[in-house]
Amino acid sequence: MKTFTYRTATDVAQGLEPGATFLAGGTNLVDLMKLGVATPDVLVDVNRLGLGEVGDLPGGGLRIGAGVRNSDLAADPRVRRDYPVLSEALLAGASGQLRNMATTAGNLLQRTRCRYFMDATMPCNKRRPGSGCPAREGDHRNLAILGASPSCVATHPSDMAVALAALDAVVRISGPAGERTVPVTELHRLPGDTPDRDTVLEHGELITAVDVPSLGFAARSAYRKVRDRASYAFAVGSVAAAAQITDGTVTDVRLAFGAVAHKPWRAFAAEEALRGRPATRESFRAAADAELAAAEPLRDNAFKVPLIRNLVASVLEGLA
Amino acid sequence: MTTTTDRAVGQPIERLEGQDKVRGTARYAAEYPVGDELAYAWVAQSTVARGTLTGVTVDPLVEADDVIAVLWHGNAPRLSEADDPELAVFQSDEIRYRGQALALVVARTLEAARRAAGLLVVEIDEEPHDCVLRTDHPDLYTPDKVNPAFPSETASGDVDAAFESSPTTIDVTYRTPALHNNPMEPHATTALWDGDDLVLYDSNQHPPGIAAAVGTVFDLPPERVHVITEHVGGGFGSKGSARPNAVLAAMAARVTGRPVRLALPRQALFSMVGHRTPTIQRVRLAASSDGRLTAIDHEAVEHSSRLFEFAEQTVVATRHMYAAPNRRTGHRLVRLDMPTPRWMRAPGEAPGMVALECAMDELAVALRLDPIELRVRNEPSVEPESGVPFSSRHYVECLRRGAERFGWADRDPRPRQRREGDWWIGTGVAGATYPTMAQPSTARARRLSSGDYEVSIAATDLGTGARTILTQIAADALGVPLSQVRVRIGDSTLPKASVAGGSSGSASWGWAVTGACQALRSGDPSSDEAVFDSTELVQQQEKDGKHAFGAHFAEVRVDAVTGEVRVSRLFGMYAAGRILNPRTARSQFLGGMIMGMGMALHEESVLDPAMGVWVNHDLAEYHIPSHADIESIEAEWLDEQDDQINPMGSKGVGEIGIVGSPAAILNAIWHATGVRVRDLPARLDKILPHL
Repeated sequence: MKTFTYRTATDVAQGLEPGATFLAGGTNLVDLMKLGVATPDVLVDVNRLGLGEVGDLPGGGLRIGAGVRNSDLAADPRVRRDYPVLSEALLAGASGQLRNMATTAGNLLQRTRCRYFMDATMPCNKRRPGSGCPAREGDHRNLAILGASPSCVATHPSDMAVALAALDAVVRISGPAGERTVPVTELHRLPGDTPDRDTVLEHGELITAVDVPSLGFAARSAYRKVRDRASYAFAVGSVAAAAQITDGTVTDVRLAFGAVAHKPWRAFAAEEALRGRPATRESFRAAADAELAAAEPLRDNAFKVPLIRNLVASVLEGLA
Repeated sequence: MTTTTDRAVGQPIERLEGQDKVRGTARYAAEYPVGDELAYAWVAQSTVARGTLTGVTVDPLVEADDVIAVLWHGNAPRLSEADDPELAVFQSDEIRYRGQALALVVARTLEAARRAAGLLVVEIDEEPHDCVLRTDHPDLYTPDKVNPAFPSETASGDVDAAFESSPTTIDVTYRTPALHNNPMEPHATTALWDGDDLVLYDSNQHPPGIAAAVGTVFDLPPERVHVITEHVGGGFGSKGSARPNAVLAAMAARVTGRPVRLALPRQALFSMVGHRTPTIQRVRLAASSDGRLTAIDHEAVEHSSRLFEFAEQTVVATRHMYAAPNRRTGHRLVRLDMPTPRWMRAPGEAPGMVALECAMDELAVALRLDPIELRVRNEPSVEPESGVPFSSRHYVECLRRGAERFGWADRDPRPRQRREGDWWIGTGVAGATYPTMAQPSTARARRLSSGDYEVSIAATDLGTGARTILTQIAADALGVPLSQVRVRIGDSTLPKASVAGGSSGSASWGWAVTGACQALRSGDPSSDEAVFDSTELVQQQEKDGKHAFGAHFAEVRVDAVTGEVRVSRLFGMYAAGRILNPRTARSQFLGGMIMGMGMALHEESVLDPAMGVWVNHDLAEYHIPSHADIESIEAEWLDEQDDQINPMGSKGVGEIGIVGSPAAILNAIWHATGVRVRDLPARLDKILPHL
């Protein structure tokens, strides 16, 4: 492990010197440092900034502090009542021990689990720009089918982020240049030819909170994660959904997919195709197909297309 | 409290060191305090699969005070040749596989060693590599023998004629992937030199074997190498012989004059310590219309490394499983630019019985015969290929009794008939077998002045309960309560023991312990010590016809939406001789069955042919079953008597649980869905497109 210095952050807007990075729960960053994938010179610990509370927003909704632990957020009675999709997504992730450490912002900012990214002896355009992407021809069974580029087919591994994307959540950001907000759906980038940048955050910007707006029908919402074993595995495909169904018609809906792209994939096209349609399996599958029409699967991950289509129909049927 | 009139053997005694392990006071190889001079080593591994190492230079910026030495081919001391070329570390500039040890950094801290290893400038002339096993590989050959000394091929009768004349035939190809042992405790050594004597705190399955092998490379007689292996966190075969970590640590300790600790990181366990070869197996079965096999033909294609020929005995179990007048078995091997495969729990039987027992299921379907009945109809009266009578064989009883306990009688044989919500549900059965072996060992029994007894043997306890069982055996042989017996194991200076492998530990060591204790009890009362060497008795024993048998039953559900498989019930019924300790035996059976579930559904080392490496080389990506994958799992056994195998009448229980359990699960997946997965593991992407 590369030698680094450690200090405690005292202010959300103080920024970061070059080569420094923020440390929250450390459940991903510390692993990457051990593997030589992340090599920061300075760790700036943000755990004592007082960002660990879940508060009510004035017009309804929740403000989730960046430092709220995944376990605490999943167990919050307001989350369980008003946004079951978020609680379910959190509980589908990692293990109890990891959820006790992992934070809201850290979960959003976790790096891909692409096996080439995780091995510092391999080429990887995300880890070492310009070195190439062996995944396209090599192991990519669990990599992206949507929004990938010739230089990167990585997926974002978070479950929580998929639920937040579906819920129109907004990330609150602080930095030396001031504060700004970014929708969760726009926080993560698509890889393009600069896959080394996961998000739109500038160096030194700190996520301070995630606002989840009031969404009445999110009380009927669900997260379904498919994985290669019953627990403690990253998704091979997941769907977050909330639906408002009146007299057999879908009047409003939120849909997002996980493990299919470089970002939590908000399925806007599927939502558009569903609004005003009858709440039937046929509509659900047609909506999924509207979104998946853009899919460009690789040799070994084409199964994700029917998998997501089936999941969308199944989850929405469960909500109908 | 056990009294002298009760027998300790057969009692569900808790593991004697269990509380120490739970409390964290049990010491493992990398945990021994050896003084302030201790240095830490980190291995720099090859990032190419084939080539020549031309130089290793240390970045001067990191060659700080904390780095003590960097060893590689260019400066390492010369070693004497060992039987295992993997132990000839830094003796050649040739790179034979990706992950091969190329250099070792020794530093004052683990972090400094790791950091410096990552910054070494390693110069390599890379050559094209070949890592892919295929049935049309031009370099496939028939090895002279398969592990450890079985003939590679056998044939009797006229197989081809039988296939032409039989009304029902099956011709199927099953594939199993490369698998990695992944014991919880990684391979680790703390080495120090005491004058010209070498002391190794090492995690392994065979202290005397490690002493001999490491002694050979350093020109030391085995008694000058002291291997201490008090506790081991699993091995599953990968610690059965000395691994490069022991030689590297000893070399570094000699060069630096300090104690050196080398604990391999999880990722290195995927290259430096062995794996199970991938297999491609073709099974052909021919049967008469009444369901009697007329021919069995089973061939396996597998790989080994450039360094060493290890030929897994994949189809050997087929030689004694079922009766058939015409038979052919064989193995074909290709040497690739890959790490050397080695023993992994039930080498041979585990992958071989996947293909045979799934093919038997396919044959039962073709014959419209119950798969249990098909097996019963092909029960041999003597071992089919050797003609030797079985010392005991209760396979049919395991199938029948297991069927009763599992609830098989009302099964609708047709696939894809039972559905509950989104779940397709099905059941499957498969046979299990594992050879019953014993190997020469020596034990010593002493009467202490306190009136208690000390029994010593250089055995190891991998976490199986071996120490506990030997104490039970000794107590009965001495005719004293357990509390009066102290068993010493895990030290190469104790009387010589065989390897903790081949499910033979209890039989081999128990034989020697029984002999020593009986000799002390019946010998000259003025003598307080007796030693017993079982070599002669073991060597006189007939080796053929000795096996444990069992039957595995699985109920699975397959999600029609996602293709996900869950094992609702897994049940094993075994005939494994006398069960020495029902508590630890049950854990062995269940552990094997769970590993079998992993083989069926989860475990796979994923090869990137271009990179020449298994890319999922950690436990986040190499999946084994999690607790949530285990729903109902049970093991039971018949009360089997066998007085021809060893003084305890016991058969090994450590490996049979992984034999056949994967096939039971695959057969259940077919029954649930009608989808026959012939390429392990049965992941959802192989099932979903067919649902």
